[in-house]
Amino acid sequence: MSDVCIIGVGIHPFGRTDGLSGMDQGVYAVRQALADAGADWADIQFAYGASEAAGNPDTMVEQLGLTGLQFINVRNGCAAGGSALFSAQMAIKSGEFELGLAVGFDKHPRGAFNPMPADFNLPDWYGEAGYMITTQFFANKITRYMHEYGISATSLGRVAEKAFRNAVHAPHAWRREPVALDAIMDAPMVSDPYTKYMFCSPAEGGVALILASEKKARELGKPLIRLKAAAMRTRPPGSFEVFAPSIDIKRGGSATRIASTDAFRMAGIGPEDIAIAQLQDTEAGAEIMHMAENGFCKDGEQDQWLAEGLTEIDGRLPVNTDGGCLACGEPIGASGLRQVYENVVQLRGDGGGRQVPGNPKTAYGHVYGAPGVSAVTILER
Amino acid sequence: MRAIAEGLFTDETPPRLIGGRHRQSGRIVFPCPAGDDYERHPLKREGTLWSYTIQRYRPKSPPYAGPEAFHPWPVAYVELGGEAIVEARLANVEPEDIRIGMPLELTLVALDPAAADPRLVHAFQPARVAS
Repeated sequence: MSDVCIIGVGIHPFGRTDGLSGMDQGVYAVRQALADAGADWADIQFAYGASEAAGNPDTMVEQLGLTGLQFINVRNGCAAGGSALFSAQMAIKSGEFELGLAVGFDKHPRGAFNPMPADFNLPDWYGEAGYMITTQFFANKITRYMHEYGISATSLGRVAEKAFRNAVHAPHAWRREPVALDAIMDAPMVSDPYTKYMFCSPAEGGVALILASEKKARELGKPLIRLKAAAMRTRPPGSFEVFAPSIDIKRGGSATRIASTDAFRMAGIGPEDIAIAQLQDTEAGAEIMHMAENGFCKDGEQDQWLAEGLTEIDGRLPVNTDGGCLACGEPIGASGLRQVYENVVQLRGDGGGRQVPGNPKTAYGHVYGAPGVSAVTILER
Repeated sequence: MRAIAEGLFTDETPPRLIGGRHRQSGRIVFPCPAGDDYERHPLKREGTLWSYTIQRYRPKSPPYAGPEAFHPWPVAYVELGGEAIVEARLANVEPEDIRIGMPLELTLVALDPAAADPRLVHAFQPARVAS
């Protein structure tokens, strides 16, 4: 079967844009992606749109044009963008369509998300007692992981330091000032061992990708960035997820491990073949755990990887080349598509000051979220 | 003094947490889910620390129903041998003295000690050393 190709990308800068709705930021990204692809809105046959908190994506046809196209909304937590992209590629693979759009955008209020127990099928006392706090979960998870695999607190700091350093060169990133390792380590604790620089924040932004069949991509004369795999998976028994009043004694795998294994199988390559990786880093330790869960290193090797700079732009496997969630923030609907945007930029060689050297040919994107969902994409040039 | 919710602790002194045991698989969870799949299963009072963090900012209300005044508290997961790993506050321990693997025992603490009729939540504290 011929591949699905990504022929146009667009992004509205992440962060805070007062006066512009999340939807408008999505529309901005779509127009940029159309221009990049050299396509007209009237040529787009279908769209999948993802937004958690900024409205129904399909209503953007009001601004883009009432062409009558098929437009399906996707809501899938942190995997929403990945799910939109998965659905879009299936629409082309099925032979039904040749040219379509995956778009994601969001706009969250300032401060931490404020979830309610009932939305997670939990009793009210759980929230009343102060447990509906995502940072508690992230911190408990990494504390256990650090204990089991000998990961140092300095490694958490190194991940954050790298994120802000890479973001200096990413025009779409939010926090683009470098922060010294000492300042990261000495900052106020939010949930031990994480200081305030080690968590990402809810944010705003929009990303759009134009997808085409290989035949259509060749007609349009675009460089062929092939989507070799897109896999979205849910959790197995024994995983450790947010808002858990108890977890099983018998520990198990994770949604990430399943999605990653299946994506590599679909692409017919392995972790050693990947040149660039964007890994979900809602907090610094997530990037560390996800390096192993996605098969790039063994549990416990991360300290050495980070100390030796193996995940830097010029390292063996550059990770989160645009600063990831730590520097870009997390507009939920757009976050997974940002990774794919960044991977396309890198594979085209358009990364500027953050360009990975050596003419990279393969790029990996990974999102993970509540309550145990993960989506992985693999691109090849 | 009253429990923050019905069905969380036994009436014994000292009390135990009431978990649920899946009738087919034997899987044990806390709290005990409604419905017929799980039967009530009082959990062990003693366990060991599996992981922890410190809650360093006051959670938003709602849903948090604790006092306006805020003091950081430890939030942990406690392994109850062979049963489940239960999320709970830690009580009567300083943050710098917390260690993974330390022996713990169940206690109940007031969500707001200054309240006229405080509501009790479950917590674990360092186990008393048998002398």
